[in-house]
Amino acid sequence: MIKFVSKPKTSSYDAVIVGGGHNGLVCAAYLAKAGKKVLVVEKRPLVGGAAVSEQIAPGFIFSTFSYVVSLFRPHIIRQLNLVKHGLQIIPMETTYNPIPGDKGLVRWADAGRTRHEIARFSQKDASLYSEFGLAMGRLSRFTKNIIDTTAPQPASLNPKELFKLLKMGKIFKNFDGNMRYLNVKLMTMSAIDFLQEWFESEPLLPSMAGSGIIGTFMGIRSPGTAYVLLHHYMGEIDGAYRAWGFSIGGTGQISLACAKSALSFGAEIITDAAVDHIDIKNGRARGIVLENGDDIKAGTVISCLDPNRTFLKMVGEHELSENFITQIKRYKNRGSSGKVNLALSRLPNFRDGRPGQHHLKGDITIAPTIDYVERAYDEAKYGEYSKRPFLNIVIPSLSDPSVAPPGKHVLSAFVQYAPYNIKEGADKWPDKREAFGNAVIDTIEEYCPDIRSCIIHKQIISPWDIEKMTGLTEGNIFQGELSLEQLAFLRPVAEWSRYRTPISKLWMCGSGTHPGGGLMGAPGELAAKTMLTEGGV
Amino acid sequence: MPIKSPFHQRTSQFCQSMNWKDWAGYYAVVSYDTNHEQEYFAYRHAAGLMDVTPLFKYEVTGPDSLHLLSRIMAKDINKVKQGQVTYCCWCDDDGKILDDGTVSCLSQDHYRVTSAEPVFHWFHQNARSLKVTIEDITSRFGILALQGPLSREILTHAAGGDIASLGFFKLIDSTIDNRRVTITRTGYTGDLGYEIWCENNDALVVYDAVMESGKNYQLIPAGLAALDVARIEAGFIMNGVDYFSANHCVINSRKSTPFELNLGWSVNLNRDSFIGQQALKKEKKEGSLWQFVGLEYDWDAYEKIFANFDLPPQTPAQAWRTAVPVYNKNGKQIGRATSGAWSPILKKNLALASIKTGNFTMGDTLHIEVTAEYERQLCPVTVCKPMFFNPDRKRD
Ligand SMILES: Cc1cc2nc3c(=O)[nH]c(=O)nc-3n(C[C@H](O)[C@H](O)[C@H](O)COP(=O)(O)OP(=O)(O)OC[C@H]3O[C@@H](n4cnc5c(N)ncnc54)[C@H](O)[C@@H]3O)c2cc1C
Repeated sequence: MIKFVSKPKTSSYDAVIVGGGHNGLVCAAYLAKAGKKVLVVEKRPLVGGAAVSEQIAPGFIFSTFSYVVSLFRPHIIRQLNLVKHGLQIIPMETTYNPIPGDKGLVRWADAGRTRHEIARFSQKDASLYSEFGLAMGRLSRFTKNIIDTTAPQPASLNPKELFKLLKMGKIFKNFDGNMRYLNVKLMTMSAIDFLQEWFESEPLLPSMAGSGIIGTFMGIRSPGTAYVLLHHYMGEIDGAYRAWGFSIGGTGQISLACAKSALSFGAEIITDAAVDHIDIKNGRARGIVLENGDDIKAGTVISCLDPNRTFLKMVGEHELSENFITQIKRYKNRGSSGKVNLALSRLPNFRDGRPGQHHLKGDITIAPTIDYVERAYDEAKYGEYSKRPFLNIVIPSLSDPSVAPPGKHVLSAFVQYAPYNIKEGADKWPDKREAFGNAVIDTIEEYCPDIRSCIIHKQIISPWDIEKMTGLTEGNIFQGELSLEQLAFLRPVAEWSRYRTPISKLWMCGSGTHPGGGLMGAPGELAAKTMLTEGGV
Repeated sequence: MPIKSPFHQRTSQFCQSMNWKDWAGYYAVVSYDTNHEQEYFAYRHAAGLMDVTPLFKYEVTGPDSLHLLSRIMAKDINKVKQGQVTYCCWCDDDGKILDDGTVSCLSQDHYRVTSAEPVFHWFHQNARSLKVTIEDITSRFGILALQGPLSREILTHAAGGDIASLGFFKLIDSTIDNRRVTITRTGYTGDLGYEIWCENNDALVVYDAVMESGKNYQLIPAGLAALDVARIEAGFIMNGVDYFSANHCVINSRKSTPFELNLGWSVNLNRDSFIGQQALKKEKKEGSLWQFVGLEYDWDAYEKIFANFDLPPQTPAQAWRTAVPVYNKNGKQIGRATSGAWSPILKKNLALASIKTGNFTMGDTLHIEVTAEYERQLCPVTVCKPMFFNPDRKRD
């Protein structure tokens, strides 16, 4: 274990990073590796932000917020020696859609077996399933190119930028007509409409569409959600394109590995140290001031916080142009998700007649019908949490026994929808929390009637709690929705998608920058590399 | 036709994939599932249970046992005390390696030897005039390898005696569900692990008891495909893959010596005579022709090779064992990589290789042949010690 202190060793650094989220830590590691004197300042007692592992009940370790890994960039793992520093990811092999009183649908790593499962619901869907995967796989190669480089600047005349666009254009051109149409459809359609061009059966449709709505305040019938589906085909574990994986020891282990790597390159990290504001003079960042009044000088300040908190709280509106402020305020943070973490005395019984536990090792999606998921969204639109929410459940202790005592389990349920702005007002969430948790457990009970008797301890996290704990504005899990108008050269706002800000010597490196949210480390890496090549630090 | 191990009733019940191979005349599971990934991760994060009965097993008993073994083995078996196991190799008169395996000392006149190939004749031939009995016990005993970070907990529940304090390469006599077993803290995964020896008649009872106590620790049966990846990460050589027993070599240049295979640490030269001693002494003085090393692919370059064909990087789904040439920077072939694998936990593409001495130093960049889109390409690799993964828990 590493112990962090809350006082920096000196009072001046080449770069100070506000917020020890995994992106801040990745950024710190790259800068320190390049010889810079770097300090990371984190307000919580532990680093990681939305990627932390915490012992909530004795012997039970939870990934408090984010719970699965998909897009973490493999080259970052290699360049920062993250394996040596404790990072290990196990791929998840199954996706299970339980249906009360039925065997439900399991999609396995084994394509043949998956086909047989889908055929129970629709022979046609079974036949199309693998072809769909191939088409999406080809498309996601296009997207992967985008996430591994800084966002192209379409308005720039710099030949490098033009070349980048050309390269993407070339991949696009290489697509045949059908693929090009497919791409355009993805960009414009709703997840369900897009999928219904291929498939007809439930629970396949709602379960696949589910990945299009995670972290957004949209329903599976909302246009634009199709694009997010692609992210599922972009997941890359071990150089192979695959969906999702567990981080051994919880997602906090990813952050710890990044922290250890940064320390090994000579960076400093302090915790229990909340930043009050960024010190700016004449439009130039000079350092930070902590809530306890200490101030720390920095050649460059880098914010790992979301754009809203960075500019409206850390910088202050008076330092920025009206146009910029308007854009930042328009940037959508609408929090829509919560989390329920359960410590279980034993594995609950899904009563699905399936032998063994293998089908429970991956993710378990509660989305039996299209209407079910859309209805969950309907409630959210009017400021209520869903009484029967869409749930993405994982039981990581089935793959990584180290997170629970022998024979016992941890269950993590990602819940949608839990709107930040409930109609009573966001600050009334503490009164609603228990009822919200109960709605989630009631939902699980419809599939596992014995769930309540298994619960030793529960942790209920509303979007309001997410904001309080991590600083994510409105509890938006991605530091701003991953909707098309907020991606690539538009993230967080047009003209400022390259980690720079209107304040000189203030940069950004969090999920609110390109290529966006999720445990991927890419914003942190690309921010550091951009700064190093462009003399930012 | 291969024969069935005493655990076959259980392994065949779990082997949904029907993916078997012939291992030394026995049916052995390649992977229980359609791919070996879960099993690999079980070895690294929980525990995997593997039937390793096909290892050749010999019992050496009698007052001259020690004498015989120290004459055959390149390692000084005199140093191996009761309750200890040792890894060793043995050579012919020219110091060329014949096989490698383990020697367990049950008492000063009672040893057990495992090997990849039959050695009865070789042992027998060298035992002339000695008071020893050599018995092939291969088909009398079953062995289970219980490997992985949670194997200690599982075995502590399953077996009698003080498993918790059983040291690395130590053995104890114990019982599992009232059946007598010998437990050694050994294995071929480079991780914390144990091997459990039991008589054939007790095999199923022992198997069930271990699986039962593994229930709370995510223990799963695991096969050879997963093992192959683990052993490459650990840098363990394999007879017939990374080297050939001198017995099988038609030409001399095919043969290897322990020094050439990075097994010099297991050779004790200065002691009473043993087979191959003179040749090995000479080699030690004059230097070896080959060196056994690890190679790490430069992944960015590897990706680029495939990107040139507009392809994503492809690594074989399983560990590979068809040798490929290795070149120096001038394009001269200076060796061969004999096996390799993509390491899921290290996120690296790895190979084990024999390179001619004098052509490189550790840390150098060499080039390995890679086939992309049916075309031969060269990918830079970094030379390192042949041990990529070595967790503390293996010895702690
Ligand atoms: C409930 C939930 C579930 C999720 N599930 C997944 C998932 O399964 N898979 C996935 O890939 N992604 C998931 N995500 C998204 C992912 O976790 C985030 O996109 C990512 O972790 C953000 O990392 P970051 O480093 O950019 O920022 P953050 O993690 O937001 O880091 C910001 C850091 O700044 C600190 N901070 C805030 N204010 C201050 C201050 N004033 N002074 C000092 N420090 C401060 C915070 O404590 C935090 O450590 C989930 C997120 C949430 C909330």
